[in-house]
Amino acid sequence: MSLDQVTDGLAISFDLNGERLSLSAPPAERLSEFLRERAGARDVKVGCNAGDCGACTVLVDGLPVCSCTTAAAQVEGRRVETQSGLAKADPDGQALVAAFQRHQAAQCGICTPGMMVSAVALLREVAEPSEAQVQDALGGVLCRCTGYRKIIDAVRDAKGSASVAPGGVGTAMARVDGLPKVTGTEAFGDDVAPAGALTLRVIRSPHHRAAFTFGDIEAWRAANGLDLVLTAADVPGVNRFGVIPGFEDQPVMAEGEAKFRGEAVAAVVGAGERLAMLDLADFPVRWTPLPHALTPEEGLTAALLHEERAGNIMCRGLVQRGDAEAALAGAAHVVEGDFSTGFIEHGYIEPEAGFAERVGDRIEVHCCTQAPYMNRDAVAKVMGLAPEGVRIVPTAVGGGFGSKLDLTTQPFLALAAWKLGRPVRMAFTRTESISSSTKRHPSQVTMRLGVNADGTLAGADFFGTFNTGAYASWGPTVANRVPIHASGPYRFADYRARSVAVHTNCTPSGAFRGFGVPQSAVAQEQLLDMAAEALGLDKLEIRRRNALTNGDETVTGQVFDTGMGILDCLDALKPHWDRAKAEAAAFNAAAIGTKRRGIGVASGWYGCGNTSMSNPSTIRAGITADGRIVLHQGAVDIGQGSNTVISQIFATALGVPVERIERVSPDTDLTPDAGKTSASRQTFITGNAARLCGEALRAQVLRLGNVSEAAVIEITPGAIRLTDGGAERVVPLSGEGYALEATESYDPPTKPLDENGQGDPYAVFGTTAQMAELEVDTALGTVKLLKITAAHDVGKAINPLLVEGQVEGGVAQGIGLALMEEFLPGRTENLHDYLIPTIGDVPPVDTLIVETGDMHGPYGAKGLGEHCLIPTAPAILNAIADACGARVHHLPATPATVRAAILAAAT
Amino acid sequence: MLFHRPETLENAIGIMQAGPVRPLAGGTDLYPGLRDGPPPAALIDLSRIAGLRGITREDGGWRIGATTTWTDIVRADLPALFDGLRAAAREVGSVQIQNAGTVAGNICNASPAADGVPALLTLDAEVSLAGPGGSRRLPLGDFITGVRRTALGEGEIVTALHVPDAPGGRGAFVKLGARRYLVISIAMVSAVVIPAQDGTIGEARIAVGACSAVARRLPGLEAALAGCAPEGIATVVAAADLSALTPIDDVRGSAGYRLDAVREILGRVIVAALGREG
Repeated sequence: MSLDQVTDGLAISFDLNGERLSLSAPPAERLSEFLRERAGARDVKVGCNAGDCGACTVLVDGLPVCSCTTAAAQVEGRRVETQSGLAKADPDGQALVAAFQRHQAAQCGICTPGMMVSAVALLREVAEPSEAQVQDALGGVLCRCTGYRKIIDAVRDAKGSASVAPGGVGTAMARVDGLPKVTGTEAFGDDVAPAGALTLRVIRSPHHRAAFTFGDIEAWRAANGLDLVLTAADVPGVNRFGVIPGFEDQPVMAEGEAKFRGEAVAAVVGAGERLAMLDLADFPVRWTPLPHALTPEEGLTAALLHEERAGNIMCRGLVQRGDAEAALAGAAHVVEGDFSTGFIEHGYIEPEAGFAERVGDRIEVHCCTQAPYMNRDAVAKVMGLAPEGVRIVPTAVGGGFGSKLDLTTQPFLALAAWKLGRPVRMAFTRTESISSSTKRHPSQVTMRLGVNADGTLAGADFFGTFNTGAYASWGPTVANRVPIHASGPYRFADYRARSVAVHTNCTPSGAFRGFGVPQSAVAQEQLLDMAAEALGLDKLEIRRRNALTNGDETVTGQVFDTGMGILDCLDALKPHWDRAKAEAAAFNAAAIGTKRRGIGVASGWYGCGNTSMSNPSTIRAGITADGRIVLHQGAVDIGQGSNTVISQIFATALGVPVERIERVSPDTDLTPDAGKTSASRQTFITGNAARLCGEALRAQVLRLGNVSEAAVIEITPGAIRLTDGGAERVVPLSGEGYALEATESYDPPTKPLDENGQGDPYAVFGTTAQMAELEVDTALGTVKLLKITAAHDVGKAINPLLVEGQVEGGVAQGIGLALMEEFLPGRTENLHDYLIPTIGDVPPVDTLIVETGDMHGPYGAKGLGEHCLIPTAPAILNAIADACGARVHHLPATPATVRAAILAAAT
Repeated sequence: MLFHRPETLENAIGIMQAGPVRPLAGGTDLYPGLRDGPPPAALIDLSRIAGLRGITREDGGWRIGATTTWTDIVRADLPALFDGLRAAAREVGSVQIQNAGTVAGNICNASPAADGVPALLTLDAEVSLAGPGGSRRLPLGDFITGVRRTALGEGEIVTALHVPDAPGGRGAFVKLGARRYLVISIAMVSAVVIPAQDGTIGEARIAVGACSAVARRLPGLEAALAGCAPEGIATVVAAADLSALTPIDDVRGSAGYRLDAVREILGRVIVAALGREG
């Protein structure tokens, strides 16, 4: 053994955030793991273990590196700095903390440590960096929430000193939960397990479809010194879960046959260090690959995945009114086309993670989730427990976008912790996350659109086929929602839209920001441009002429008296459209090379909340004798800002400063059910519950003080002081627990759809119109985005900065959908083959906030999350066509695809 | 688990000779390659051998130590001959990867899409190897023998790359990818042009990456460019025989697109290497 050899157990000495440490570890352990698990630096986040996402960035001797691709022993004698240390003691780190808060540069916060560590390295070299310098320095850190623009703003403004005051509804205050995210102290799914927790890993199918049998599992377990192996046989309750009543069809672990690549068949539990050295490919399972179907065409004729679903058709959707065929026959022009989109991966930077422990006769699961109560009920069924036997405690969520609604880690953790009586933790690997989590449905759309000579829409016929994967997940929701939305926010007297969701041997398609609507918009908004071309009409103008207004009937026959704001959005774009049109024309007139500019516009709409189904939220709040105001806020904040928005609404309704509000975070034991964080429902629905709760509490206070509605409330220890005009009253506070409290619920008014899809599916629609300006290198097919201008009718902006953040993040996801993203089972299961936009791929985004109010929304506010990405992809595709004549029908519009379309258009 | 971290080349070679051990430097290829599996049983960390890192002047050219990082190259004071390599260095993954990843790691990993290889080929780089049987030196084109295959013998490590002087030479590089950062190239082209006195091309060296199992020089095109005036480049490139390239269809682009794009980029890179606006 040579002198310079290190073996297991020898200490590694290094400097961590200014402190000398000496810790023993396997020398080749990833530095990220070493720092998190042995040095306690859980501010180092792990997103991919492959150098692809940069979340684990630390400084080694001042240089940013990915700690996941560095060996622990390589930092021997070196200086390591992480976000928590920089935030505490480094002047640039401290300046960035304030700037990130000021600009809301952190949304979910999972990429924030990597971003800020990288930014510190930049600021140490360049005090006032340019935008390009910031992009170069932060290009190695992926963010899925923010669209990067506020991060660029924050880094460039690190030396700034503006302050952001807190306030109620309408105030662009900093996030109430922002500080932990920007100081490295936020605890996500993999950050909360107690010391000594065992680790769980899942054995998954490497085949799209395969029968399997196990070998001697017990011998293998014993030989490897593991604590437990779980299979379907260990499920005490029902080995099925799902999210839609009647569609609970997915096993926690498959029984005899795996139906998609990545499906769980077993789980192993043991000490983390032992598992890290284990090659799970040795697990005793024998696979017999079976014929598989990966596309709907194949699925329609394949062996049934679920016996009761003939032709592998999971469900269909329909909306029709008038006579679409006759209308198309009588139209001045009919444009038609086939369009398709692929599987889209959510790409949150935090993989699914959590831990569970048995507490008496109950099981407690701490995990990143968007739907704590749905998780609770589903885990209870798997465990054979009553719902009250399960407690779900959401951790901070490092991005969700729909996929963290479904069960992922929860049942495995619950089963293992229950059986072993010890805490058990797990985090999905990136490949595991991508291969097994739900996806945006691939779509194949055939649509015909007819226009009259005056530019009004004559009729439309839409048929969409959706690849729903092996299990139902949210597939039925997509199938129902698409026909309602495939018209776009336009008037149609004659319309028919049909959808079908087909099972295949792919990972389940589920909920992803927009539930199928972004896919249908790709077809519908491109056809609208083609119709405008046929008529020789301006593309903004054709949308204006057909935009729904208050009093019009939607394609389901619903009439809105307030809040149909699409025309306002289009009008907000008009000056920008005129400017951009002139600029692009001038550029192209002077162009001699291969670059051509184009502009494109698209609209979008989205109904907030469940489709024709009850989906209430409940908010509870109380005032203690010592004058604390406590808000039980159960709406999970996955980065979008519900902690802040709900606090602002509640504070406004109660009439107190928002900074006085203490939050009890989501926990099925402590917060009432605020429903799931999906379908752009939290601001609208939970926001209404918070408003009602604040108003109810205020009414109690006013009644006790016998003062008028105009009274000013000041809550102090032991008493509430009321000022009503000149009069002052004091209401004493006393007692244990809450001296005063209120609980209020809100459920949006909807009406069921009839057999033709006619009815009132949503109480509120949000609308948007976005415009893309870009440059195409016609020789290479590359697209350079120059600017996105996004007009959004949010009814009322509760927090305008949060609105901008949602828009910028949604736009970034729309850019990914349009230009680069496609999950191919077995081929793009990591973040270097599956591409999401980097900081260099998102151009400046100009958000135009339109506030037309709404009769249902709290203070007139509507949901926003999904709306932001719906028009982005079609606006970009329309701009590509405008620039070079190439109409891209099949996404993503990679350079090769755009170039092929250019060549096709030229022949 | 064994983890060696020698501080001298001599010790490193001794360790390599003693038994199977995986070399580790920046870790940017080794760790992703583990996927979700355990680390190798024995590793040798070459990053502590001082003599292996850095760029130095040597007789008739430049020596680039094996564990020189891409950031070292970006920050080095090098002549315009290295402009292509410097541009390539800035396109390697991200700043994080450039700070850790090494030049020798890039060539030993032998990916068809290795960002550094086309530029190094146009620099006529040679590779120095050291092993139990002594040292040897061979052209980079002979060192990388296929996809993930090199001429490294049992127990050998790369110690340096050598770049001969080329007075007046200027390099250029373009990487085509589907996003701005952290991207595996669809195709890339590197060129070094040494102009003649009269402003025509004296010597051109052209290499294309991600369009064949190993990045390739294009000798036919290079010969056709010799003596070519700037205005004539487009014609020569348009007529160039690219049949030496054998691109594949994959998720990043079709073979046909790659060839189409390469021809376009060739013209731009050659013009840039001649010091003209692309």
